[in-house]
Amino acid sequence: MPKRFWILGILLVICCTAFMTWGARGPLHFVIPFRATKLAALGLVGMSISTSTVLFQAVSQNRILSPSIMGFDALYIMILTAAVYFLGGMTVANLSAHLSFAVSTGVMVIGALGLFSTLLRSSQNNLMRMILTGIVFGALFRSLTDFMQRLIDPNEFSVIQTGSYARFTQIETDLLFIAAALCAGALFLTWKMRFRLDVLALGRDVAMNLGLNVRRTELEALTLTALLVAVTTALVGPVAFLGLLVVSLARLVVPVERHAPLLICAGLIAMIVLIGGQLLFERVFQLTTPLAVIIDLVGGSIFLFLLLKGHRR
Amino acid sequence: MISIRNLSYHIDGVAILDDITIDLPKGKVTALVGPNGAGKSTLLSLIARLEPLQCGTIDIGALTIGQCSNRQLAKQISILPQMTEHVPRLSVRELVSFGRFPYHQGRPGPEDEAKVDEALQVFDLDDLAQRSVVDLSGGQRQRAQIAMTFAQDTEYMLLDEPLNNLDIAASRALMARIRELAHSYNKTIVVVLHDINYASRYADWIIALSAGKTAAAGSPAEIVTPKLLGDVFKSDAEIRMIDGHPVVLV
Repeated sequence: MPKRFWILGILLVICCTAFMTWGARGPLHFVIPFRATKLAALGLVGMSISTSTVLFQAVSQNRILSPSIMGFDALYIMILTAAVYFLGGMTVANLSAHLSFAVSTGVMVIGALGLFSTLLRSSQNNLMRMILTGIVFGALFRSLTDFMQRLIDPNEFSVIQTGSYARFTQIETDLLFIAAALCAGALFLTWKMRFRLDVLALGRDVAMNLGLNVRRTELEALTLTALLVAVTTALVGPVAFLGLLVVSLARLVVPVERHAPLLICAGLIAMIVLIGGQLLFERVFQLTTPLAVIIDLVGGSIFLFLLLKGHRR
Repeated sequence: MISIRNLSYHIDGVAILDDITIDLPKGKVTALVGPNGAGKSTLLSLIARLEPLQCGTIDIGALTIGQCSNRQLAKQISILPQMTEHVPRLSVRELVSFGRFPYHQGRPGPEDEAKVDEALQVFDLDDLAQRSVVDLSGGQRQRAQIAMTFAQDTEYMLLDEPLNNLDIAASRALMARIRELAHSYNKTIVVVLHDINYASRYADWIIALSAGKTAAAGSPAEIVTPKLLGDVFKSDAEIRMIDGHPVVLV
């Protein structure tokens, strides 16, 4: 297993090096900081999305769900639309970046906690019911979004449109430091609870028997999930299938059911996918095919494959 | 000793357990028997604090459920829940090691490793230690799970229908092991059983539940009588005494 980690690590280094150097023609003192911030942002987003999915899967005890599949993206776009609807497009577009980041992160942490805990409580140990509830919530959020979008000015609609797609090319770098601090804290706390996650994944009764404070652990894990998802979504927009994609791949690479190697491996794969994908997108496809589209296409296919193959748990 | 006082439990207004007051003797194998829906598994989950108490008290030795930390309890009492369909992708040794979690919280020391080795040995799992739990037969998997509760090293062990899906050889071997645990390791074991003959043959003490109430409690010879079968199980099966154990002719 360590060998596989080395291979992933080397792949990541290759991706990063290529990302930093490929086609760098401008003055280096401009190119290097410019690309390094983007690289850091992509790495941060990758780690956060993979970690949030691992956490969510441990709490919901299944392997085919990720926070975004359970209606989180729809919630994000609804919050964005509601902001434009109630405050007006110009107000939202002109808000200082820090303020809008703080507000949208805050609202989404609360919204995500509400959504996830409702989902988990309404369907303890009933996966089909949980997926259905998630889909119904997603449909509800989308309808409300649609309704509000019909009522607003077409010019204001463009504010929503730019916000509702993943944007890896223009990342607000001045927000990166705040986001990095928040995510680093959440990642550290997740790493600290890795053994408890192992126990939690054995099932609620077994975890209780082993003296784990199940309710508290679930709440902590959900809060961290909500924070990670909210920060990354506020930073780059929704990426529906990335989390599921990388965690499913990581489970193939890591044959044991331990969260320590799983967290590392999923993080490495997520960074490779994002950085390598962005590299191909910028240098090979010349910015023609959005990265998010490719990720969603591949991720969606894997989701269908997992569902059909019956990897429900 | 486990002391249960005035324990009642309701789900949606329906009484599952109704004012139960019993003591489960220390260092013995106690069998909980009764017809389907009598509340045996519920009683066991309440003792194991898997479900919150609604009414009444349960004392496990010096600890009172609801008034001490979950981790404290995990060193005192362990439960083998009914097997779920979800089987973790772990090796047998890894699964058994989880039994030590209440002590080491994720970082096992040499003492924990020794206890895991002992559990593997006691349950004849040495040869299977590196095999994945997914690949085991039902009986082997059951043994691995009980080895995990053994590694937890608690004075009290609760087993919820451990004979489900086991053939006669595996069932007898398991019950003999349970007796041995109680008598040589001085553990207090409570086991939910479906088959009254297993209870009669292997348990020291039997508690019969019927519609959420204790119908009878005592040694097998006192308890397993035609009257009990009629009252509790609504069955007119015959009973013979063989080597001092009552045997129900099925």
